[in-house]
Amino acid sequence: MNVNNEHIDTLIPHLFRQEYAKITAVLSRHFGLQHIEVAEDIASETFVKAMSHWAVHGIPASPAAWLYTVAKNKAKDYLRRQVLFESEIKNEIKGTEKEAEQEFEFSEEIIADSQLLMIFVVCDPVNPPSTQICLALQILCGFSVEEIAGAFLSNRETIKKRLHRGRVNLRTNSFQLRSLNRMEVDARMSAVLKTIYLLFNEGYFSQNEKVFIRKDLCAEAMRLTLLLVENQLTNSSEANALLALMSFQSSRLNARTNELGEAILYEDQDRELWDQFLMQKGYYYLGKAFADKVVSKYHLEAGIACWHTTGGDAKWPQILQLYNQLIMLEYSPMTVINRAFAFAKVYGCKQALKEMEKIDFPQNSYYHGLMGFLYSELDVGQAIGHYRKALALTGSVAEQRVIAGRIERLGGRADVVA
Amino acid sequence: MKEFVLIFRNSVQEGGNPSPEQMQQLLTDWMNWMGGIAAQDKLADRGNRLSMSEGKTVKPGDVVTDGPYTEVKEFINGYIIVKTANIEDAVSIARECPILNVGGHVEVRKVVSPDDHS
Repeated sequence: MNVNNEHIDTLIPHLFRQEYAKITAVLSRHFGLQHIEVAEDIASETFVKAMSHWAVHGIPASPAAWLYTVAKNKAKDYLRRQVLFESEIKNEIKGTEKEAEQEFEFSEEIIADSQLLMIFVVCDPVNPPSTQICLALQILCGFSVEEIAGAFLSNRETIKKRLHRGRVNLRTNSFQLRSLNRMEVDARMSAVLKTIYLLFNEGYFSQNEKVFIRKDLCAEAMRLTLLLVENQLTNSSEANALLALMSFQSSRLNARTNELGEAILYEDQDRELWDQFLMQKGYYYLGKAFADKVVSKYHLEAGIACWHTTGGDAKWPQILQLYNQLIMLEYSPMTVINRAFAFAKVYGCKQALKEMEKIDFPQNSYYHGLMGFLYSELDVGQAIGHYRKALALTGSVAEQRVIAGRIERLGGRADVVA
Repeated sequence: MKEFVLIFRNSVQEGGNPSPEQMQQLLTDWMNWMGGIAAQDKLADRGNRLSMSEGKTVKPGDVVTDGPYTEVKEFINGYIIVKTANIEDAVSIARECPILNVGGHVEVRKVVSPDDHS
């Protein structure tokens, strides 16, 4: 059965991204991760062949299986050449012949295991989080340098350098990993979760106006977390909590921007646009996350996101309590700001301002956005002042539109800042 | 930054136990108060609550008595550690503590550090 050729242009980029990462992961595990470039080359060549072959013969019924077969053959060819090369120099090497005949298997299980191993390799604290995310996008998600640069609003050269440095660091460290065991999982699980969490946030809170890019990042982060949850070794309550959090957040992705790509605040969102399927997934994984007594920041954030799926004001006292726990667990300015908002929802803006008396983040646009909100009914001058600072500090055009709208509603002029 | 332990003391309630509603309110106030300290990045340690029902006092001469409350009406029921620039700052945090609304009080004590000579 052949699919219509017209689909080839749209099918391949999607397929490439998914299958490239899988083929690379499986082959790297065979060759040893220090030879990851070889695996990547073979994966690329496989797609070059697919492009030319499919354009003539049509897309096969099972494109993935077709790709695996080609990748397998290319990998065998590579090993055969290596062996030939080695034996010509060294004349006679026992055992290498046998190695050349090893089977490359692309079963679902082996793909999942290989990708899981790759996740643990890439999320190595030897690299700063920003580098880990870039490496994850390239190696685990099959993003090109251009696509990563696009997602990060950065330029190609910067990303290229970052990826290069990251790979050099991995080579001396994590590339020695052959398979996962309990000890390695325990040692690195929190770093893995953190990187995936940041990858998701990069998509969810990104200042990038291209909604499709942000959705891609969120979807990839969820796919990686699903890999963790589906393996016994890594199916921790934190991983389930993280997946629940991502499911709840993603369920609102479509409602967060309007047709023009403008941000829509939670309170103004059309609940009909919330994705019911993802919400159900969120409840499901949250239930699993609370099966044991662990309470991580992912549990608390998932709990908050879960309450946000309910209507009305009854949720705010619960949300405030979760923020209280979250801020005690891990200090972050964003949590301080969100907690103060919840505080205002429960006890009013005046009380919330009292909470904020001793807190000041002069360079944080969200801080000024919050202060603008809290002052809106109490002191219009102060409110506009804070909103103007927020306007000057935010890099997001969508954000700027929202803030400018608020200033105008307060009767002020928003055009102070270029 | 210096660390101060806030020690919470309360006395045996004379008017009986608070109602579930009152306890719920106290818990909420308590969490908000702790959250507020953490929001200022001044919570060094969440500390611990100390049990009211399970406790013994050990004295010389192999004397073990039940609980701390046989002789004193007042007992310690928990502590937290805050980090502030000075003791005045720690005191202003303690001033907001919900225990003050239910008949208790807070003792503020600096944690002695190795290079302390006071």
